[in-house]
Amino acid sequence: MGNQDKLRIGTGAGFAGDRWEPAIDLVERGEVDIIVFECLAERTIARETLSLLRGNGPGYSPKLKKRLQSILPACEKNNTRIVTNMGAAAPLSAGHAATTVAKELGLDSFTCAILLGDDVKEILPKHPGLILMESDEPLESVLPKMASANAYLGADNVAKAMATNANIVVTGRVADPSLFLGAMMNAFKWSYQDYDKLAKGTAAGHLLECAGQVTGGYFADPGIKDVHNLAELGFPYADITKDGDVIISKVSNTGGRVDIETCSEQLLYEINDPSNYITPDCILDITNVSLQQAGKDRVKIVGAFARQRTPTYKVSVGYFDGYLGEGQLSYGGQNAVARARLAGDIVRKRLKLRGFSFDDLRVDLIGLNSLHGDGSGRVEPHEVRLRVTGKSDNRSAAEAVGWEVSALYTNGPYGGAGDFSNVREILAIQSVLLPRELVDVNIVLLGDT
Amino acid sequence: MSITVRDLAHSRAGDKGNSVNISVIAYRVQSFDILVRELTESRVMDAYSTIAKGPVKRYILPNLKAINFVIENVRGGSVTASSALDIHGKSLSSIMLAIPILINEISS
Repeated sequence: MGNQDKLRIGTGAGFAGDRWEPAIDLVERGEVDIIVFECLAERTIARETLSLLRGNGPGYSPKLKKRLQSILPACEKNNTRIVTNMGAAAPLSAGHAATTVAKELGLDSFTCAILLGDDVKEILPKHPGLILMESDEPLESVLPKMASANAYLGADNVAKAMATNANIVVTGRVADPSLFLGAMMNAFKWSYQDYDKLAKGTAAGHLLECAGQVTGGYFADPGIKDVHNLAELGFPYADITKDGDVIISKVSNTGGRVDIETCSEQLLYEINDPSNYITPDCILDITNVSLQQAGKDRVKIVGAFARQRTPTYKVSVGYFDGYLGEGQLSYGGQNAVARARLAGDIVRKRLKLRGFSFDDLRVDLIGLNSLHGDGSGRVEPHEVRLRVTGKSDNRSAAEAVGWEVSALYTNGPYGGAGDFSNVREILAIQSVLLPRELVDVNIVLLGDT
Repeated sequence: MSITVRDLAHSRAGDKGNSVNISVIAYRVQSFDILVRELTESRVMDAYSTIAKGPVKRYILPNLKAINFVIENVRGGSVTASSALDIHGKSLSSIMLAIPILINEISS
């Protein structure tokens, strides 16, 4: 690595539960130099933090071992390096787990670089006056309930970890595009003054970060937007040159499609103001981006701009926010909607009679209004599923929701079928901006270096 | 002649905290001009009033034949705390696609 002219980076996963096979295909047939496994949605790190606190999980992505067992032999054979945020709430343990997997597979010279420092929950209590971006309240208001606090680290730190030449770089929270940009910065020796290249690399990372969402996933609308063979959807890779030219593509003979339509949708995915997309590395402006078809399943991206990065890291603060109780029951046939509505009213009244109150007690009819709310002029469905949820600091209240829905079997309207109930602890997320200089990042190397 | 956005464009929903962004990408340049004219912030707010308080902000990207709408205060709150069935707002682009569009031009 270093002083290369071009680089091919693939995406092996776009979320923690993503498919296994497309990554193996990318490494075995796609000639990728680097494969990135992005497995850390906003809620994932909260969930792993909770499992670590409760002692019922490792704190890193529970599928880390299985993913690495499936991919490491191919990576060894094809000289492919891995970058992943599967470290989640416990990147150090994740690095040790990765090394163990490699040893079990007989990969004796395997090395692992672990990026530490995104976890800032020891630092935040010293800055209680920071303002929560979502609620405009001071951080102080959630500190007593805080469970996790993770800064979105940038590409510079990923590049430093890549510079160790380790086979795998394991991180906790890193901004998704930065996982990709970091690999490019290391390979091409780009600097934070190369705004043109930061822009192109960040745009490429943004397009790649959700894996199948740029190759035809999350796209099909049968009859008007058809996608070939979604069961064997190919995951994307980008060909990037030292000058920052980017082409998005996928391995041949896989399902899916890479064209201007799929790339346009993904380019705007989770974008608010297109001129002001803030990452730890730059402020990206995609207002003037255009996409060009450069061959079958090959799309070129031009026209991305960037401005200087901000002096702060965005920090996701996870905090305990009570319990969510849920119950479901289905009704079908004539008057099904009226029976489901009656059932919902009964549950509301029962919970009130039992003295429980909720921050947010909601009754949805799946099939009618659970996704888009109540609208006029809708045809009533043949079947409808009652869903009642209640949020409360009192676990017993949350448990009562599912219980009262189940009790409708014999005490509610006729024909209730297929009950489901569940209670879960809620970890809410808000964000603060933390000055960069307050965050200490370091890299730990494991294995024979 | 009455059609819907779905006849002229495709769309994707993404979420950020309590807001959702809905892109609208025209299949053709002529359709893009119609969409820019018809899909005002207030028409989009009307369409989403059953699930969001707003406001709605729109951004126009001519090179992509696209409009990006950001809809604030979608019911339920943040991704980890919401009790809504669709905590990520993934299903919300279909509301955009169902908005009726009145056209006079023949754009075959």
